[in-house]
Amino acid sequence: MHDRGGWSSDAPIDRSEHTLADWELLTDALVGALGRQGVMNVDELRRGIESMPPDEYERASYYERWLYSAETILTEKGLIAPGELDARLAG
Amino acid sequence: MSHDHDHAPITNGDEPAAAARAHALEELLVEKGVLRREDVREGIDWLVSRTPADGARLVARAWVDPEFKQRLLEDARAAALELGLDPGPSPVLVAVENTAHVHHMVVCTLCSCYPRALLGPPPDWYKSFPYRTRAVSDPRGVLTEFGVELDDDVELHVLDSTADRDPAPAGWQRGADRGRAGRARHPRLDDRRRSARAQASALIFSRARVFAGCR
Repeated sequence: MHDRGGWSSDAPIDRSEHTLADWELLTDALVGALGRQGVMNVDELRRGIESMPPDEYERASYYERWLYSAETILTEKGLIAPGELDARLAG
Repeated sequence: MSHDHDHAPITNGDEPAAAARAHALEELLVEKGVLRREDVREGIDWLVSRTPADGARLVARAWVDPEFKQRLLEDARAAALELGLDPGPSPVLVAVENTAHVHHMVVCTLCSCYPRALLGPPPDWYKSFPYRTRAVSDPRGVLTEFGVELDDDVELHVLDSTADRDPAPAGWQRGADRGRAGRARHPRLDDRRRSARAQASALIFSRARVFAGCR
């Protein structure tokens, strides 16, 4: 799913750019800061992304995948509890 | 790999949901003392300050200084530091030169490795599924789409910036023109570097343009 090299495709490459939204910059910076703190590294980030269910991987935007992975890894490490973020968002 | 946290599916185009989630995660991590808000702000400031300007400086210096160019090709990280530029966190940064006979293309097939410190965040197309796929399966077609027409006798090297593509983390895959035929470690990576859990970074270097690269 994630391992795209050499897949057969003739899909055109969309070269339009978008300015990174604040939450995208924030997500990038969160992952970067977690890296500098030694909490999670880029290999873990990628593993978290690659562990996404395929349909969700396809549907999610770039930084949505980062966010998903950060949650996965932080939960695995016990730094956040399962459902803790959802509880906060619901509250 | 089990996925043991439970949340509503994150859907594309639903930015407010992801935005709220990112802010909530920051809040939670700050409250728990995992991160300080200043560290996160610093990261944002760093990211928005990164543009292709530093990479362009590196290349421009190499145009006018052949000895510097040699050092850049031997160790791009050291060359960047020599000019007082931030080469980024990746332990390995590689510069390659486009010539009349050889053209290089860089792709991160697994995700988005790119020399962000020197070139800024990767463009959206670099991270897109079609580029990650077709840069390997149809590199000349991709170049044509980008307005680059190579003569048939120009060799095209496709470099995968993904770190763990090879058994050795910092290894390079060198694909031949028609896909995955060739596979060789980048000749400039020595044993000491290969032992690092490194990201292979690339900065494409040519008279015409600065192209692609790594994290």
